[in-house]
Amino acid sequence: MRSAVAFSQVTYAYPESSEAALRGVTLELEQGELCLLAGRSGQGKSTLLRAACGLVPHFHGGTFAGSVSVAGMDTREHPPAQLGAHIGVLQGDSETQLVMSSVRAELALAMESRGHGATAVARAVEEVALALGIDHLLERSTHDLSGGEKQRVALGAALVGRPRVVLLDEPTSQLDPVAGDELIGLLRRLNQEWDTTILLSEHRLERCLSAADRVISLEGGAVVHDGSPSSFLQFAVEHEPSLQTPGAKLFALAGIGPPPVGVKQARASLRREGRLPDEPDPHSVQPASRGDARSQDGAAGPDTDTSGPNPRGAGVRGRLTRRAGGGAVAASALTLHGVWCELPRGPAILRGVDLTIAPGERVALMGRNGAGKSTLLRHAAGLVAPTRGKVERSGRVALLLQNPNDYFLHERVRDELSAEALQRAGLDALAERNPRDLSGGERQRLALAIVADGGETPVVVALDEPTRGMDREAKAQLAEELHRRASEGQAVIVATHDPEFAASCAQRAILLADGRVIADGPAADLLAGGWYFATETARILGGAGGALRPEDGAELLRGARTGEAGSLSGGPEAHPAGDVQGTRGPRQGTNKQSQETPELLIHAAADTHT
Amino acid sequence: MAMGATLFYRRLASPLHATRATVAAMWACALIAATLLSESPMVLGALLIGVLGAGAGAGLGRELARTLRTVSIVAIPIVLVNVLVYHEGLTVFARLGDLGPFGQGDLTLEALVYGAVIALKVGLLMLVTTLAGLAIDPDGLLAVFRRHSFRSALTASLATRMIGVLSADSQRLAEAQRTRPGGSATGARARVRLLSAIVGSSLDRSMDVAATLELRGFAAGRHTGNRAPRRAFSRHDRAFAISAVFMFALALFGRLAGAAPFNAYPLLSMPVSAATLALCVALPVAVLLPFADRRGIEF
Repeated sequence: MRSAVAFSQVTYAYPESSEAALRGVTLELEQGELCLLAGRSGQGKSTLLRAACGLVPHFHGGTFAGSVSVAGMDTREHPPAQLGAHIGVLQGDSETQLVMSSVRAELALAMESRGHGATAVARAVEEVALALGIDHLLERSTHDLSGGEKQRVALGAALVGRPRVVLLDEPTSQLDPVAGDELIGLLRRLNQEWDTTILLSEHRLERCLSAADRVISLEGGAVVHDGSPSSFLQFAVEHEPSLQTPGAKLFALAGIGPPPVGVKQARASLRREGRLPDEPDPHSVQPASRGDARSQDGAAGPDTDTSGPNPRGAGVRGRLTRRAGGGAVAASALTLHGVWCELPRGPAILRGVDLTIAPGERVALMGRNGAGKSTLLRHAAGLVAPTRGKVERSGRVALLLQNPNDYFLHERVRDELSAEALQRAGLDALAERNPRDLSGGERQRLALAIVADGGETPVVVALDEPTRGMDREAKAQLAEELHRRASEGQAVIVATHDPEFAASCAQRAILLADGRVIADGPAADLLAGGWYFATETARILGGAGGALRPEDGAELLRGARTGEAGSLSGGPEAHPAGDVQGTRGPRQGTNKQSQETPELLIHAAADTHT
Repeated sequence: MAMGATLFYRRLASPLHATRATVAAMWACALIAATLLSESPMVLGALLIGVLGAGAGAGLGRELARTLRTVSIVAIPIVLVNVLVYHEGLTVFARLGDLGPFGQGDLTLEALVYGAVIALKVGLLMLVTTLAGLAIDPDGLLAVFRRHSFRSALTASLATRMIGVLSADSQRLAEAQRTRPGGSATGARARVRLLSAIVGSSLDRSMDVAATLELRGFAAGRHTGNRAPRRAFSRHDRAFAISAVFMFALALFGRLAGAAPFNAYPLLSMPVSAATLALCVALPVAVLLPFADRRGIEF
């Protein structure tokens, strides 16, 4: 096998940094390998990718020792412009990777820059567009593309010259689960059909681990593991639990081995052990109500009672709708009455959204890119007025937008927020630091404190895609913080593409599509039965028991082993497909929530709002 | 969330957008030339109707309306300065007395009208520039220049793209400040801090874009200036090319033949002849006719 990328004793420190970002890295990637880079934030993944494409040290400067060879070219001798002929690079933020006004010009740029003839350029652009399924976008303006489309176009621009090596730095961080899975599938196809070497850095390992041939794990800039996906998971279980995939964690907690690489392998293992039915019913929807309270709140949250207030559901016709249970309806923190958002020249972004959020409720807002999640939050916070309908708030709605850096105006953390507020947010130790130098998780916490604690206590805290680029540890801390706020009575709404995070922080989930609420119910119902909007645990267990998190799943698996929980099947015997009204799972009645959570209704009729 | 008017080029379903960039640019240049060659308020008014109609035909009516608001702000000082500085007219409508270094403050009707004509011309130029900026594909235009100066053209193209990106960035930053308790901070110091954050963000953006360009081989300097295969003129290309030629010819003829005479000083004089009226009809028709054919403009 030929070597596509080779690092030899690479040690590197950024300018004005005393600490090395890479330490003695030695590794070799063979042609046609799909290799995953794992590690917590700030451990050197992005730097390693920059070194592989020559941006380190040519573009970023700093102190560099050792050597990197790409396609036989030493990066010390060849600048990125020359290396770029053999390497395609895709970073997480596609906005900065699109430099031309139209998609066609964008795809053509790299080849034109390298002096290819017009015919060759035209052919390459056409072929890469067809390969990536973006041929219909060729004449579109790059300004008009959605996040997923931009990412595809940026990938096309990286691939147009048929590079031997493709480097990707968290390419799915801005994508919804559907687009993220599509991108990973696409990479696998490129890898298999074009023999392209792929080096991919990602935090949500469960998304791409099964596609990888090899995993390299970094810690403190050094390689701490280099091996197959299954050996990496074993390493993670033993040495770095924060890198475990939910599936691996599920197996570890349930005492099953070895850790599974992907859902398919996990299900096969469980089936072999007789803990999974052979033919689960894919149409069944497991009500969450039967799970015990920890299945939603877990140890992270102080409030283990998920019954909470009994918010009135969306009441939107034509979709999975909550019906108020028996008890009194709690006062609402936020109510949207038939909210529409219509662009002056363009489609409606929100279409008659009815929604009620109760104080102390934790809600995950999910849906594809462009479904209307961010717009809904902007309406909730009063940043945008509805073109039709009404928004009622019982107090201030604090909204944290997607980029925490947008909130920082000062050079020191202590200038951003009062000492008291910093202490409350647990950030007083960082008071003298520059906000932009904080880790991703710390920046997010500081920004949240700025919007939520900088003035009158909010009744609702809304967060727009807060986990982008965060590692699991930071996500867990954020989830804990949201639980704390909810326990103090603040309603929490989180727009997220990350089902794992949604499961860890929300008790209720709302699915938006095309500006409409298409499903609204307990998180365990909504995140358990799907293909895309489902956690890995739920996909492994086929939605059984409404278990979303590894802890809940492990409990079920342990129960299955001892016969306590009966079958894990989500099959027809539990609740016939298409009829979930009033269903109760195998553990119904085992806790308070099972009696208090509103029942679910499915209506087939289309929305009649006009 | 883009809820306002377009700020940069975006492909829309209009005949002007469907026209190749070089022809569309030629058409815009003809409009500018016609504006510069015309003096008569009647002809300029006719051109204004034509340009606004063209904006509507190109789907950019909202954007031109916004420019028109800016024009109205710019027009007032132009007229004021002209009426205060020029005292050559004979019809005095206000006497302000001795204004020291500015002499006698006699305000004349002629200076007022001429100021308005200048403002009308400036307004037309602003409207045409807006229309051209939003309807002509910069990549298509720059592709022509790339054959001669690839890097300069690419830098210009990048600058065009960055306008939109940085504009979105500053909107985002401003929106984030609005979500702070108490809303955006006010006062000069707060504005300076916000501006500094925007500049910092722009620099970060520029660094990222520079890294992308580096990897795409911008610095390789191996561009060979290959000419793309010739594309046949479309019906829209032909229509706008003919429109441009007609516009320029009409305006030039009007100027040379004195078809639409106008004198502001010492007394207002604007004789209207059949030629003047014909020019006032022909010019907007020439501007608008290419928009009548909307076949094949989908994208």
